[in-house]
Amino acid sequence: MANVTALILRSPGTNCNDETQFAFELAGASCEQVHINQFLEQPKIAQKFQILCIPGGFSYGDDVGAGRIMAAQMRQRLAEALQQFRDAGKLMLGICNGFQVLMNSGLFDENPTSERSVTLTWNNNGRYEARWVNLKTKTDSCVFLRDTDLMYLPIAHAEGKFVVRDETALNSLAQNGQLALAYCDPSQNGNGALLPFPINPNGSDQNIAGICDPTGRIFGLMPHPERFVDPTHHPRWTRQGLDTKPDGRVIFENAVSYFA
Amino acid sequence: MATTDSQAVVSQSKSGSQNSVLWEIDIFPREGYPNRIADQISADAADLQIHANLQLDAAHGYLLQGDLTKQQVEQICAELLVDSVVQCHVIAKPGDSEISGQRNGLTSLIHVRPKPGVTDNEAESARRAIVELGFDVTAVQTLRKYWLPELPAEQLELICQKILANDSIEQVTVGPLQLSQIELGQPYEFQLHTVDLLNADDQQLQNISRDWQLSLTLIEMQTIKQHYQSLNRNPTDIELETLAQTWSEHCSHKTLAGRIRYTDENGTRQFDNMLKETIFAATQKIRADLGENDWCVSVFEDNAGIVRFNDTHNLAFKVETHNRPSAIEPYGGANTGIGGVIRDTLGTGLGAKPICNTDVFCFANPSTDVSELPPGVMHPRRIMKGVVAGVRDYGNRMGIPTVNGAVYFDQRYVGNPLVFCGNVGLIRTDRSHKQPQAGDLIVAIGGRTGRDGIHGATFSSAELTDASEKESGGAVQIGNAITEKMVMDVLLAATDENLFNAVTDCGAGGFSSAVGEMAEGLGAEVWLDKAPLKYEGLSYTEIWISEAQERMVCSVPPENWERLNEICSRESVEATIIGRFLPTGRLSLNFNDQEVGDLDLEFMHDGRPPVVRDATYTPKPIKQQPSIEADHSQTLHKILASPNVASKHWIIRQYDHEVQAGSVIKPLVGVNNDGPSDAAVIRPILDSRQGVVISCGMNPHFGDFDPYQMAASAIDEAVRNCVAVGANPNRIAILDNFCWGYTDRAETLGALVRSALACYDVAVAWKTPFISGKDSLNNEFTYTVDGKSTTISIPSTLLISAMGQVSDVSQCVTMDLKESGNLLYQVGLTHDEFGGSHFNLVNEIDGGAVPQVDIENALKTFHALHTAIAAGLVRSCHDLSEGGLAAALAEMAFAGGWGIDVRIDEIDGDCSTTKLFAESNSRFVCEVKPEHESAFVEQFSDAPIFKLGRVSSDRQFLIKSNQQTLIQDDIDSLKQSWRNTLDWN
Repeated sequence: MANVTALILRSPGTNCNDETQFAFELAGASCEQVHINQFLEQPKIAQKFQILCIPGGFSYGDDVGAGRIMAAQMRQRLAEALQQFRDAGKLMLGICNGFQVLMNSGLFDENPTSERSVTLTWNNNGRYEARWVNLKTKTDSCVFLRDTDLMYLPIAHAEGKFVVRDETALNSLAQNGQLALAYCDPSQNGNGALLPFPINPNGSDQNIAGICDPTGRIFGLMPHPERFVDPTHHPRWTRQGLDTKPDGRVIFENAVSYFA
Repeated sequence: MATTDSQAVVSQSKSGSQNSVLWEIDIFPREGYPNRIADQISADAADLQIHANLQLDAAHGYLLQGDLTKQQVEQICAELLVDSVVQCHVIAKPGDSEISGQRNGLTSLIHVRPKPGVTDNEAESARRAIVELGFDVTAVQTLRKYWLPELPAEQLELICQKILANDSIEQVTVGPLQLSQIELGQPYEFQLHTVDLLNADDQQLQNISRDWQLSLTLIEMQTIKQHYQSLNRNPTDIELETLAQTWSEHCSHKTLAGRIRYTDENGTRQFDNMLKETIFAATQKIRADLGENDWCVSVFEDNAGIVRFNDTHNLAFKVETHNRPSAIEPYGGANTGIGGVIRDTLGTGLGAKPICNTDVFCFANPSTDVSELPPGVMHPRRIMKGVVAGVRDYGNRMGIPTVNGAVYFDQRYVGNPLVFCGNVGLIRTDRSHKQPQAGDLIVAIGGRTGRDGIHGATFSSAELTDASEKESGGAVQIGNAITEKMVMDVLLAATDENLFNAVTDCGAGGFSSAVGEMAEGLGAEVWLDKAPLKYEGLSYTEIWISEAQERMVCSVPPENWERLNEICSRESVEATIIGRFLPTGRLSLNFNDQEVGDLDLEFMHDGRPPVVRDATYTPKPIKQQPSIEADHSQTLHKILASPNVASKHWIIRQYDHEVQAGSVIKPLVGVNNDGPSDAAVIRPILDSRQGVVISCGMNPHFGDFDPYQMAASAIDEAVRNCVAVGANPNRIAILDNFCWGYTDRAETLGALVRSALACYDVAVAWKTPFISGKDSLNNEFTYTVDGKSTTISIPSTLLISAMGQVSDVSQCVTMDLKESGNLLYQVGLTHDEFGGSHFNLVNEIDGGAVPQVDIENALKTFHALHTAIAAGLVRSCHDLSEGGLAAALAEMAFAGGWGIDVRIDEIDGDCSTTKLFAESNSRFVCEVKPEHESAFVEQFSDAPIFKLGRVSSDRQFLIKSNQQTLIQDDIDSLKQSWRNTLDWN
């Protein structure tokens, strides 16, 4: 396999960078952590990577809103670099706070310069929540979710409720296959109705936990796949043993094998 | 570039343009979205029984000062401040009728803003981001606005005071905001102050100590006076402050390290240094006994204790208390408590990487009726919510998992809540020791210095009164986790490159404490005017003693300065040279080339007169356990529902316990991820299966009977929690945190000495070394009603925190029952021990014998159990603590989703109540597969075990004796009782 390289973008307050790098490395990528200050100074640095990942954490302390300050920097000063990266057929992944950044950067909107049509806002219960959730893949178009159906991953966030501005925006997302990943109850065949807490842990519209852009190459999700790459990460491994493959790994493997 | 921006000081008009305008932005949720701020206030008002159904509206917002048009402010909102999918906003000048009128018929308008000089982190982030967007903004402030209905003036004031604002850090404006600019600091005019000690008599010396909030005793003041008499001059204010800080209880532990004459039923013992002769001595003896196998690396000398982990890494562990600040401002107190202890490990050796947090709290019952609260205290529910939020927001933002904790409730914590914050760090073996060198630069890294937290060290050594809330506002610090995270990132990068010879954190006492400690045995000169400030107007003394957060001090060889500064500046962290270490034996403090203080370091560190105290302990007569007729099932429900035992999921789920991706055993375990784990296990190195185990033990109720047994029981509990998940008993290190009442009282100090003696005995026998500790004394609250003064002392509280190790985490076990048909065993002996038990607590009876620790046999039990667990013979294991066997079985059953069928006849003894509910130490329940039974039993040739029965295939919880049914219940109803008490919204 060709050497696939991932840029792990750090900012003040990013805190899942090391384990995200580790997850990419397990999948066979080589990684470099780059600080946002360096990226702002040399936007061209992105060109040598195939994958750009914004890991979880609290960029700029979540001040004025989760992901907003870093997103403003990306929109104002890195728009061109990101556009080139996207046009070159490369991959972008935003996990948790990274998803919040991508969302506020407008990368999931049809027209990035207009008003946002989607957002991530405060959980329905109004506080930070850490727990494991069941997830179901809802699209065929997302590179990161290829050959996945059900996954079990942890969430840890306060502002993870996915909200769509209106029906028009929702229809457009659905038609484009962008509604990629949803919270689910694996024991039931969901009919799309809003699932109750804690199955849908934050009250997200359409139970959505992650979305992609129309190309399927930019993906953001609130759950943390990098926190389930070893069997001992599973909250019930002492019950079920250590033989199952950790669900989080596949997301990183899909990204790396896309370039194989 | 962000770096240059960080050099810019938010300050008054000189950096602003002449066309400076002040704009206010009010942000509301859009129609159809909940108003979180208003809902929270309404819930708090109901909680505190101030208003059952308060209808209000609320907004959050910003004040923006700069050369800005309204259209530009609109742009700033769209780009940055407002999420238009779910929010809407109004922009106007402060006081404008558009934003100052009534809303939805609500007429009372209240504004809440930070007081001048109080750190406003969000505003600072917003200001930087707005500048980066290219707008000319000179100052930003956050605000919250509330519209309340017409209320009686008294009730409105109560709501403002108790819910809307914290007047130690925030200002309230009722009605329109009349403001044309954001108030900032005033320029400082230098003036050297001296304090006239030479002419002061004893009364005046005491007055000086009190008026300056020095918390120095008369003897200490006299000693200082004599010292300056010999120098033939008066001290400057900064010298006196430095001595007060260095000699404070908080920084020098002078009482416990003092001369104590201790008398109990066994006679009198004279200590020259009580801590050294008990806790430290135990560790020294263990290290000597272990010889070559000594695994302690650095104990009681650095900010945290260090022990060996593997060939490349050691582990550092520290637990701090942050009680006084949390009583006044729970959120900020807890926030800076966790921030401070993280800096402790970060400032250990040449920098440890923080890998997990542990947090333990003591509160009064959160359902206490408001009318029963003494004046001047905050409601325990509000304290608890604030403390949890403070720990949550700091720990989560730092990206350090909070993996372990406990909450203990007792009414005597009403005026003195206790907040213990702990942090574990991973440190390279070759970075575990520090030593500043002469010629090294003194470099401050991180946050700027402001007027926050002045006198924290001396304040935290004094008793609280009902006036403390008003007088001590300056002692409250405001944390900014992201600043600390940035400092951590650059510091760990710098230590990787070996760029400094020593590092320490600025904690209580600020630069004074950090530089003063590092300079000990060496000497230093400090240039106070070089320290970067948050705003103008700080005097040289304020700069020196400010406890502004997120600052570290490094001792940097001059040739490494450039590289260190580069690492810092590329990540927008400020690093500043503020002095240098010199081999002078003196601490020279300077401001703008003028010496403002010149202290003899030897006098500063060793000149304090020893504290001499008497301590006495009189054993309490044993009171017979009253015999009562109580239904076992009802008792079990009551114990499970009692707040100490009840599920803490409301707290735990707000903590990120999995960041850093090393989580192995989580705080909640079982078939539904909701059973109470005994301890947490993490893998700090991602590609290794080696694990660290964190647990704790604490039994304040036992202390009411015998502090010796309380201490022994706390160690037993901490160790057995560790062993229960698989930790090796030969590799458990422990920490002590004594929180006590007024130790100038001989009986109160006597209780403490007695527990320290137990610490020695147990630690030495088990070879379980103490590696670090911290005490917090004089935790008493005095209030006056109708001229009558009442004092509440906290129960004597010793927290033992344990850090264990497992060589392979795949051997670990959890407490939830795994499969039906498996066998259940009790490990350890049950005695008739009900003193301080939850059986007595929920049945409201008093008496009984307090649980003892059979030191020798407990150790055999731990080793036998560990061998069985390591051999894979144990499917689940839970320790027996509050509520005894019955509570442990119930927790195992509902966590696993299986019933049990148990008979307790085999257990030694003849009283069923005792077997079910006594709280004897060193006991466990184990679940064993039938095919492993004989191998399991074989491990316990030296330790007692009793067969109990089986895991059943239904959800019936059945405990019998002979043919009599003692408890028949279903696990779902037991779980309900356990979950409901603290299942808050």
